[in-house]
Amino acid sequence: MSYECCEGVRGLRFSRRYFLKQGGVAMVGLSAMPAFLQRAAASTPMPNKNQLVVLFQRGAADGLNIVVPFGESNYYRMRPTIAIPQPKRGGADAAVDLDGFFGLHPSLAPLEPLFHKNQLAIVHAAGSPDPTRSHFDAQDFMESGTPGLKSTENGWLNRALEAVPEEGASPFRAVAIGPNLPRTLQGAAPAIALPDLRQFKVMAQAPGMGPVVEGGFEAMYAQTVDKALQGTGTETFEAINLLRKADPEKYQPENGAQYPASRLGRSLQEIGQLLKAGIGVEVLFVDCGGWDNHVNEGGVQGQLSNLLRDLGQGLAAFHQDLGDRMENIVFVTMSEFGRTARENGNRGTDHGHANCMFVMGGDVRGGQVYGKWPGLNDHQLNEGRDLALATDFRSVLGEILAKHIGVADLKPVFPGFDTSPRKFPGLIKT
Amino acid sequence: MRSRNFRASSHRFPFPWIAATPRSFLALLLSCSCALLGLEFPGVAATPPAAKEKKPKADPALKGLPISELSPEQAILHALNRLAYGPRPGDAERVRQMGLAKWIEQQLSPSSIEDKAVEARLEDYQTLRMSTAKLIAEYPQPKPAVIQAERQERERAQEGQRRGDAAASEKEMQAPQTQDAQSSSPPGESVSQPAAENPTAPAPMKEPIEPDQAVKGARRREALGGGDPNSVPRAVADDSKRPARIVAELAMAKVTRAIYSERQLQQVMDDFWFNHFNVFAGKGEDRYYLTSYERDVIQPHTLGKFKDLLAATAKSPAMLFYLDNFLSADPRAAERQAMLRAMRQARYGPFGRPWPPRPPVNPQGKKNERGLNENYGRELMELHTLGVDGGYTQKDVTEVARSFTGWTIDKPRIYADFKFDERLHDPDPKMVLGKKIHAGGMKDGEQVLDLLVHHPSTAKFISTELARRFVSDNPPPALVNRMAETFQSSDGDIRAVMKTMIWSPEFWSRDAYRAKIKTPFELVVSAARSLGTDVDTPLPLVQWVGRIGEPLYQCQPPTGYSDKAETWVNTGALLNRLNFSLALAGNRMRGARTDVASLLGADSSADPKAALDHAVEVFLGGQAAPATVETLEKQLDNPQVLRAKLDDPRGEADLGVIAGLVLGAPEFQRR
Repeated sequence: MSYECCEGVRGLRFSRRYFLKQGGVAMVGLSAMPAFLQRAAASTPMPNKNQLVVLFQRGAADGLNIVVPFGESNYYRMRPTIAIPQPKRGGADAAVDLDGFFGLHPSLAPLEPLFHKNQLAIVHAAGSPDPTRSHFDAQDFMESGTPGLKSTENGWLNRALEAVPEEGASPFRAVAIGPNLPRTLQGAAPAIALPDLRQFKVMAQAPGMGPVVEGGFEAMYAQTVDKALQGTGTETFEAINLLRKADPEKYQPENGAQYPASRLGRSLQEIGQLLKAGIGVEVLFVDCGGWDNHVNEGGVQGQLSNLLRDLGQGLAAFHQDLGDRMENIVFVTMSEFGRTARENGNRGTDHGHANCMFVMGGDVRGGQVYGKWPGLNDHQLNEGRDLALATDFRSVLGEILAKHIGVADLKPVFPGFDTSPRKFPGLIKT
Repeated sequence: MRSRNFRASSHRFPFPWIAATPRSFLALLLSCSCALLGLEFPGVAATPPAAKEKKPKADPALKGLPISELSPEQAILHALNRLAYGPRPGDAERVRQMGLAKWIEQQLSPSSIEDKAVEARLEDYQTLRMSTAKLIAEYPQPKPAVIQAERQERERAQEGQRRGDAAASEKEMQAPQTQDAQSSSPPGESVSQPAAENPTAPAPMKEPIEPDQAVKGARRREALGGGDPNSVPRAVADDSKRPARIVAELAMAKVTRAIYSERQLQQVMDDFWFNHFNVFAGKGEDRYYLTSYERDVIQPHTLGKFKDLLAATAKSPAMLFYLDNFLSADPRAAERQAMLRAMRQARYGPFGRPWPPRPPVNPQGKKNERGLNENYGRELMELHTLGVDGGYTQKDVTEVARSFTGWTIDKPRIYADFKFDERLHDPDPKMVLGKKIHAGGMKDGEQVLDLLVHHPSTAKFISTELARRFVSDNPPPALVNRMAETFQSSDGDIRAVMKTMIWSPEFWSRDAYRAKIKTPFELVVSAARSLGTDVDTPLPLVQWVGRIGEPLYQCQPPTGYSDKAETWVNTGALLNRLNFSLALAGNRMRGARTDVASLLGADSSADPKAALDHAVEVFLGGQAAPATVETLEKQLDNPQVLRAKLDDPRGEADLGVIAGLVLGAPEFQRR
């Protein structure tokens, strides 16, 4: 078919740069090359674009047991059965010391080296200022990027893409891993939901009919006078062909990275694949659920611990797999709100307020826990029960968008919010 | 017409020298010859086909309708695509026999149409007929401990699998909780059994499937929001007593009605108004309230008076919960109550002494004081009545919210009835859109509704929305104005507004013809209709609707789903549209059977080109672009088409592919 020039380039190693370099001879005049890549190739050579991955922990993760404020004595008083013990020498069942006050949950131990290599920053007591304790409303507000305003139709990440429009952008510029486009990515800028990389193709149903069916559709959409459908059709088949060349079935993570065998692990591996594929991916979104632990949350062991083991191994594998490419990548995590500072009567926690965010990547000034710590004494708690808010999540995202993605004007992305640089936590290198 | 004939005949005039003669003579001669030629060469003088289309002979089937730009076939197809969910085999002919105007009149009076067949198909969905109280009682939210046990059970199973077979890890996936966030859905809710892999599960698929598309990748995903459409998530299985089953039945009933109901316009209107007054099933208790909301609030009024519809939604627990009005209270209410209590206690204490002071209501010091919630007030004006540019201010939003304080839900977790709670109501006068609202108590809110219903912005906004759904994404202003006039003169009679729209030439204009992109729901339903599919289990269709981008009852924001093309035309969604067409026409969908062979005629299986012609005729009303047909014909020259046919003596496989290709054509994506 059309991309013979890249045959033999297996395993997603062809990047936009590859096209530009190799394309000099081989690709000139190749009209079969996807239109947007032609456009990209025609423009001046550019360095690898910066990329952003957003992970949403749905269900409200318990930030106080994820990044443990072991220096707070009240933390231990409020959580008699689920608190994570203070770090101890050679002790595995305790917090992993970060800076003498905060420590990682022991299941997140794989992230400690990243923190100390300044690849990972943490923002604590971060979140949405809206007081709601409803998962629905809080996720809605965080994803729309407009706490308190329900009528916002599009998501913050989509508005960010609109703010840096890209002529002839790749159909893979914005991708959500999963069956539906999340609120975060909904809006006017094109974005696709990819439930499964390997299933992004025409399913011919009858044996041997694949090429006929796909060719039929492709030709019909190429020739239709229906402009809207023609454009989308062309992009769709470009995307299918691109992904086929990327050959997702044969992908092997690099640098010995081992992703956990879980849904999240698989999603992260697919994200790594897409980022490396050189198919114009700029932002990626992935969900990760199960954090709403009202009952038997557990401490060092238990439900939260299992989730964190998955997350920690996943993020570490991702970092390893992406290797040098992490220089161009920022990975950020968020959750709709935190959980109560006190454990409840079921050895779990209820809906709270502020939470912690992880920011990972080469562009990150890691090795620090950012934010003004509000304290955990009774009088310091939000409404007498939760970690108070110190850093608005929009300041964190705003800084990433401004410095890493290059959004010059953040006002349309976070309307009504003060996004001036002096409000940034300062966690991205300039 | 005349000048046309003149030119046509002069071209063929046999005596070129005559051009030299004086003008008047020429004119005379030419007009004579014109007449002569007309007699001599009837073929030349005959009206060219283009002109015929412009001025069709008054076709009796179109009598009484302002149709001048569309042919009778186009007009009937247009009506079936707009006022119904597309034609079934034979529908166009039936409408033609009956007369288009009469068919429309009937559709506008749905109760006059017999609809027993669809009612029989809905018989199995018990929840449709239950009260909210019964639904809450019979479909309880599983206890956290149960969820816990299920999760652990699953984790153990997964761990076993993981060790056993790395590849099998495909199946461990959990649903993303996007759709079911409020209760932060117990993971058990979203577990699916990869039914197709289970040998004991009913598997109506006759033919083997290519391994790469087999349900190998079946995942535990949100039941209605995508995932593998051939698997049945545990929570929505037929015998499930989980709340997710309630919403699944609603969605299955919606698909069933849209495909099989004879009252097609009623179905389209139900969908339109539900979407206009959208409520999200994933928000907490709303999963219990939606059944009654659709059945008792939306459906009875969809062709009635707008004010009745609006009032019914305003008092519905579903809306009160979804837009938080049930929480909204005069911020001074708590204080006032405390004062009243104190006064009562002082007055009625035993032996002339006050009661001892009561312990505080919330010993843990939890804040439970209610305040004003503007959510409903804002959306009521922005989305339900005036429109975002309808001329209201933030001050109006606050005043409307104050007017609706006390409109709340009685026993939300037991039976959930509307209740007006005087104690929560703000008793002071309000100013809304320059009018003083001071009727007192519950009448405050009713006065606001009355004000909004009669506001010219509402007439315009509702008319625009209707015209956008039924005519085009950017409907002609003249049409909208005419509809808005009817809205005002008829006191918001929806049927009258529809009539004004349908009896307008703009509705039947060439610009409107096939101008709308089908929503995912419209695509799925119209495909099943045009194939004459027998749907036994609509769940896979429901899941496909979600996969293509419109999970039913799962629209989170109060705006409802967009009615504009750009929302629905995107890369991932288009691919899913194509794959859906192939799966349905290829009989690869659980619980849906299509007899493509008899639909396309007996000669089809022997001759792919004949099959293609039939398919274009049946699915696209014969109205495909020549390029589309040509392209498909070329593809059918591929020897593989014939080979596939030889492999399968029944000839069904390739017919399914041909039908799937035509259903996936750009033309079928529009209505």
